[in-house]
Amino acid sequence: MGRSHAGRNRGDYGEVMGMENPSEPQGTALTPDEWRGKEIFFRNFHTKFTYSWDTGVAIGHFLEALKAGKIVGRSCSGCNRVLVPPRMFCELCFRPTDDWIDVLDTGVVNTFSISYVNNDASRREQPLFVAVINIDGASPGMGFLHLLGEVDAEQIHVGMKVRAKWKPAHERTGAITDISYFKPSEEL
Amino acid sequence: MRKVAVIGAGMTKFRHRMLETGRELSFEASRAALDSARMDIKNVDSVVLGSAPDAFDGLHMKGEYLLDGAGGSGKPYTRVYVGGGTGVFIPAAAWWHVASGVSDVVLAVGEEKMSPLQPHPQYAFWSIFDQFLERPLGVTLLWIFSLEMRRYMSVYGIKEEDIALVAVKNKGNAMDHPSAQLPMRITVDDVMKSEPICTPVKRLDVSPTSDGAAALVLASEDVARKYTDDPVWITGVGWNVDTTFWTNRDLCYPEYVEKAAMMAYKMAGISNPRKEIDFAEVYDPFDYKELHHMEGLQLAKRGEAPKMTREGITQRDGDLPINPSGGLLGVGNPIAAAGVMKVAELFWQLRGEAGRRQVKKPVHRGLAQAWGDLMQVGTVVIMER
Ligand SMILES: [Zn+2]
Repeated sequence: MGRSHAGRNRGDYGEVMGMENPSEPQGTALTPDEWRGKEIFFRNFHTKFTYSWDTGVAIGHFLEALKAGKIVGRSCSGCNRVLVPPRMFCELCFRPTDDWIDVLDTGVVNTFSISYVNNDASRREQPLFVAVINIDGASPGMGFLHLLGEVDAEQIHVGMKVRAKWKPAHERTGAITDISYFKPSEEL
Repeated sequence: MRKVAVIGAGMTKFRHRMLETGRELSFEASRAALDSARMDIKNVDSVVLGSAPDAFDGLHMKGEYLLDGAGGSGKPYTRVYVGGGTGVFIPAAAWWHVASGVSDVVLAVGEEKMSPLQPHPQYAFWSIFDQFLERPLGVTLLWIFSLEMRRYMSVYGIKEEDIALVAVKNKGNAMDHPSAQLPMRITVDDVMKSEPICTPVKRLDVSPTSDGAAALVLASEDVARKYTDDPVWITGVGWNVDTTFWTNRDLCYPEYVEKAAMMAYKMAGISNPRKEIDFAEVYDPFDYKELHHMEGLQLAKRGEAPKMTREGITQRDGDLPINPSGGLLGVGNPIAAAGVMKVAELFWQLRGEAGRRQVKKPVHRGLAQAWGDLMQVGTVVIMER
């Protein structure tokens, strides 16, 4: 069955002024039962696109370094920054960056969250510890998103010093997940 | 530049799932805005439409799909997009059509139909993240909000309870909005006890996903004066976008929102926003965002928006009412439509037509703001009567 909508109930122009606005808004809310397909028509569709992204110059090199067990950044002599993640141009100076710089595999938790949801909003059985890690050797405030491990939820704090936990060399593929997670580098 | 007025506004209900298609919702909002301006589509010179990622609808060329519903068929028509910032960017883009003299009358439409995507609209946001550095970690949009909220709390020593006051206020304000999806009388305790999603973000800290549309009619001064004795003027617009490398900036403070606001303040001749802005519709997809944005907009000093909230200054009867509409937290968050709803609220408040939502003090100048993409864009509109 097709459900008819609520019907338009607009007044003539004279009624609009001086009333509480928006007056009598249009639109027909669906109930959960209607949505589940019992009372209105649906057309369901599923698609699958497949992409193959080349990793590019800067991130390609960054991933190559991760495979070798190190983190690299890119320096800009225009603003004297060490950019992590690296890019081949500086967006502020708008010039090519200059050199590859080995930075450290340690850093500081800039901010963190304990995630109880997956990316489709479903609940996780085990929460995931996520953080932005400022990387030692990069310019202040430069870091990237990663996971935390070997730590209890209550122990995690902003400012916590951490070190990369690398996958064994033979398991690394040139991916951000070549680092399994970051773990505390000092006694908590 | 020519003076630009807003002479009509309209919107649909905002609901989690609506029967109407995006095209039908766009029509209802556009028709309501034209009716309130006492205009017909033949009076409209051009149309600006905004809608967020195509992935919600599963319809590429969504702008073209929505064209007929937005009244754009056979006219100069533009779809604009800056993520969550789109809703307030739509009237900014419509403004430059009129200010430049290209058009005398512009219909500005925001539409969002989030409900089609299964199992949850959140899933579409996965595709906004870096495909090499972030997606392999299982990232969700909720992570970045929770990371930003934590950073904000940590740098300024702000408590979750203070942030929860925003959700209590806005969901309460929405009790008086005829389009509202989540009007609620709740307490700080309810927010604190709601289900944790990504700490410190809990269920009641978050706005809902929604279907809905909203629209405005903008006109040049000579046209506006023909149609109304009571035009509301757009006196400032601003927008600013920072790098997508969001892990390279301090999330405690939105500098790009400050830059967008400064652009709008300069245009409007405002030097002391805290004194010169009477009320504001500030982007609130999460409760902490209202506070974060008040600071970026210079309506509060850094870290002090929670104090103003605690003191009641941001209530409808306060000295600086914030989100008298009920905001995204209460009215709902059909992304691009939600931003337009905020500008529509300025229109209604400035004309004294907001009914039970009308703020207590007399208001002459209001500000609406939106925010989005990868925590990198600010959009601002200032209106005066
Ligand atoms: Zn540089």
